Amino acid sequence: MRHVLGPFLVLLAGLLAWEILHLMVANSSLPSPLETFVEIGVLLRDPDFWKQAAQTGQAFAVAVVLSTLGGITLGILLGMKRLAGEVAEPILVNLYSLPKVTLYPVVLLIFGLGISARIAFGIMHGLIPLTLFTMNAILQLKPVYRRSAAVMGLTSWQTAMTVVLPAILPQVITGARLGVSLCLLGVLIGEMFAARNGLGYMVTHAMERGDMDTVLAVAVLIAALALAVNALLLSLDRSRRP
Amino acid sequence: MAASHPALNPATWIRLAVIAGAVAALEIACRMGWVPMTIVIPPSAMVGSLVELLLSGTYGRDIAVSFSNVALSAALAVVLGFAIGVILHALPPVRGAVEPLLASYYAVPTFMFYPVFIILFGVGSGAIIAIAVLLAIVAMITATLNGLDRIPPVLTKTARMFRMHPAERALKISLPAAMPYLFTGVKLSVAYAFIGVIASEFILSGAGIGYAIAYAYNNFNNRTMYGLMLLIVLAVTLINSALDVVDRRLQSRLRR
Repeated sequence: MRHVLGPFLVLLAGLLAWEILHLMVANSSLPSPLETFVEIGVLLRDPDFWKQAAQTGQAFAVAVVLSTLGGITLGILLGMKRLAGEVAEPILVNLYSLPKVTLYPVVLLIFGLGISARIAFGIMHGLIPLTLFTMNAILQLKPVYRRSAAVMGLTSWQTAMTVVLPAILPQVITGARLGVSLCLLGVLIGEMFAARNGLGYMVTHAMERGDMDTVLAVAVLIAALALAVNALLLSLDRSRRP
Repeated sequence: MAASHPALNPATWIRLAVIAGAVAALEIACRMGWVPMTIVIPPSAMVGSLVELLLSGTYGRDIAVSFSNVALSAALAVVLGFAIGVILHALPPVRGAVEPLLASYYAVPTFMFYPVFIILFGVGSGAIIAIAVLLAIVAMITATLNGLDRIPPVLTKTARMFRMHPAERALKISLPAAMPYLFTGVKLSVAYAFIGVIASEFILSGAGIGYAIAYAYNNFNNRTMYGLMLLIVLAVTLINSALDVVDRRLQSRLRR
């Protein structure tokens, strides 16, 4: 009970700070927490909101599936060939810390303005952390696992599926947790910059109209959803660890 | 010693060859017309464009704005993050309450709150620095907590044996012992500050490299766009590699 109480109090303090900020900002162009929660209720009954959410959800889901499959595959390939891993790691780390928005116009030029550009951008965000986590997990694997697999005469495919993958699952889940959050960020930034639908577009569009109620309501909803997904993966993560 | 001489490592040579090969392949693909110039311009043209725009000074102001915003955001995030980390470390009950939130902080797409900062600070450097600090600070807080946690108890005991003054102990024992972990936080803060500044400029602002890239994209000015992109990629790579060298040196100190 105590470990729930602490974060709850912190959240309460956050809400209080938000309310104070709302009172301090001139003309209260910043909506109060209560106004935002009322607006969330309005949004949830608005069919247009669900249409935008479906757009974002679709791009996010495809990006998550593709970057998870791609990241694990790439990570295993690089991890099982030590030299390839050593060659690739600094490049991947550098790509990870690069502001990927810089490259978004290239993605737009290649994929056009449709949903595929946002999916590609989501994958650009989500793929690398998962690849890095998977690769490093394999590089740190006890050599005895690989040796026993070799003794039993397993093919590389069998080694990957029956020995390596189960052994590195906890780190893969940690990487997936990071990858999923970054995929969402990628898709949303993509929608904020150049799109005519999706929740990111809804936020920038509302901002241009000065409709801060909608901006905050959508932002809070997305934050809550992201935290819920993260908590789910975190509990999966913990249950996997001894 | 291998870590301090990365140039002698065969993997480094292969890596450089792979990158050079990729650049050469892109150059050939563009020159042969396999990739339309309307999508990607040849790397040599990107370099040419970068040199031109640096020499002409057209984007001097944007470049100065972006880099000073990144520097300021990173500095603020490091100083504030360190201070908050130290305070949280000293107050275990508060830390217990805040830590679960810190752990899932990066799951929230902070960018969605950029409009809120525009309301608070107006369109300009204020809002951009705020969002960049918000993005970078938690990495520094986490690194500070981690570093202070890992100070070997023997060092603290030694300090007590020498009857060191708390301030002296902090300066001569705690800070150097936690430094490798703190520096990892600094490295992450710089990377996140870059991401925060460039991305905010991209989405909504009136100045900066991110803004200039978005502007060039909207005006189909591919040459300028790729020149500026190259500038960001080179700058980030250079800064990251420099921080990485220091980081590695500090990390190897841990294994001594």
